[in-house]
Amino acid sequence: MNNGIEIRWHGRGGQGAKTAALLLADVAFKTGRSVQGFPEYGPERMGAPITAYNRISDGKIRVHSNIYTPDYVVVVDETLLSSVDVTAGLKRNGAIIINTPKSREEIAEKLKEYSGRIYTVDARKISEETLGKNFPNSPMLAAIVAVSGVMDRKTFISEMKASYQHKFAKKPEVIDGNMKALEMAYDIVWSAMEDDKMSLSA
Amino acid sequence: MAIKERMSGNEAVSYAIRQINPDVMPAFPITPSTEIPQMVSTYIANGEIETEFIPVESEHSSMSAAIGAEAAGARSLTATSSAGLALMWEELLLAASNRLPIVLALVNRTLSGPININCDHSDSMGARDTGWIQIYAENNQEAYDNFIQAYPIAEHTSVHLPVMICQDGFITSHAVENIELMEDSLVKKFVGIYNPEEFLLNPDKPISVGPYSISNYAMEAKKNQEIALENSKAVILEVAKKFKKISGREYGLFEEYRTKDADYIMLIMGSAAGTAKQAVDEMRARGKKVGVLKLRVFRPFPAEEIANALKGCKVVAIMDRCESYNGNGGPLGSEVTSALFCNKIMIDTVNYIYGLAGRDFTVDETKTVFGELEDMVVNGRVPEQYKYIGLRK
Repeated sequence: MNNGIEIRWHGRGGQGAKTAALLLADVAFKTGRSVQGFPEYGPERMGAPITAYNRISDGKIRVHSNIYTPDYVVVVDETLLSSVDVTAGLKRNGAIIINTPKSREEIAEKLKEYSGRIYTVDARKISEETLGKNFPNSPMLAAIVAVSGVMDRKTFISEMKASYQHKFAKKPEVIDGNMKALEMAYDIVWSAMEDDKMSLSA
Repeated sequence: MAIKERMSGNEAVSYAIRQINPDVMPAFPITPSTEIPQMVSTYIANGEIETEFIPVESEHSSMSAAIGAEAAGARSLTATSSAGLALMWEELLLAASNRLPIVLALVNRTLSGPININCDHSDSMGARDTGWIQIYAENNQEAYDNFIQAYPIAEHTSVHLPVMICQDGFITSHAVENIELMEDSLVKKFVGIYNPEEFLLNPDKPISVGPYSISNYAMEAKKNQEIALENSKAVILEVAKKFKKISGREYGLFEEYRTKDADYIMLIMGSAAGTAKQAVDEMRARGKKVGVLKLRVFRPFPAEEIANALKGCKVVAIMDRCESYNGNGGPLGSEVTSALFCNKIMIDTVNYIYGLAGRDFTVDETKTVFGELEDMVVNGRVPEQYKYIGLRK
């Protein structure tokens, strides 16, 4: 795969990790990339751990296996940290993004085996503030776009707006909240990345 | 102008169905093919196509209804997976022997047990001797392209046989990937209007369908059916040639990927072929002479063509995503070795069983297979003829 990135999503059935992976494939497609977005199906039920995947590349994607050495991992449900080996195979120069109110330092304590970058986003809080409900997948989608750099903020926001306008044509009242959730999550992660750069150059 | 899109394999096949606008679709839902009748019925509800959708109580009924509709002169289709195909068993034979050009969108899924919803080829392989043409896809693009080619093959006057368009359950059916679609008008023109020569609802030429045949004639009917299947090989190639003209995409009975000078070839079908090609590129970069033969058309089985394509290599890995329970390997293993023997190509083969019930098949495992083939030749080991890859240690 040429210039490709591989992303693995961990969530629980019903949280929208699969939908987020498909949305990411969608939005990356619109920027002219080759994409794959696919779930790994196990026993499907609400609350069961699920995995979904993305490949995004400038070249043709032919591989049809799961992803074992991801560049990035997104954890949509923090409680999975104690039951699923979320950093398995994660590249050292990659990053993991976790939906949690905890700090990066607290999460790092839990992921002792992993020495790469960690980002935390309180997707539940963002979602409840902007949508009045807990839909953590939109904030996590924005977070992975910021961390992976698959596209810039402006492109992402405008593509997502078009996508939501289409998806929520019959309930336009939720579009603004979703857009706000995306922007908030993107900016939180972006500023954490900026802090990292500052401390690296200091 | 090609339309650049992204969609799943199930969406791609449903999109092709919308473009073709067939007459009748009876269907009964089963994972992972359920989305196909679901999407088609949405197209119908939205008034985008005029297809008559028949909700039925089982897959035995969906194939029965497709047979009835097709015999009446209507272009018919259905979709299914796994146990759904198994339940159609008796009807599959009727569709083929009555020479009805039905198209079936099969989304490959394993058969019980254990109960499992994921991909392997045991459903279509179980139906391999029912008289249906079987065409397999590597990705959503091929599932779409193959479906568009299905009716011109099935309805050809020298064929008149049903066609099964197979794709890997979940791996391609539920994976969103890039795809190039064709305009509706182009697809409609390519598939054409169905003008059956003989059909039940033709008062000017009454016929009976599915009658009893005494032993004096029944064997000839079966031989005629076999001749039709043989004829289909040339028709499949002819349709592919025409398809290339409108799409730019080339199809044959199989695809030879970097096999010309290869010492080691992996023969494989379906989505895993893409994974294998990736491994071939990586190994070629390190100077290994490896290649992939991706079988597209399993029925009719291109025995002589495969034997010729393999004759220059040292060892072939024959990859079966299905167990035959014959004690000696899988269906491809039996048929490919028979093809080699009958064509007097005496090369070594190893029949690997992989990917059963959704077990993943990876680039690294492809490399392991090639490594084992090389080890046999370089170190003179007697090849193991039949083994599993990807089993838990």
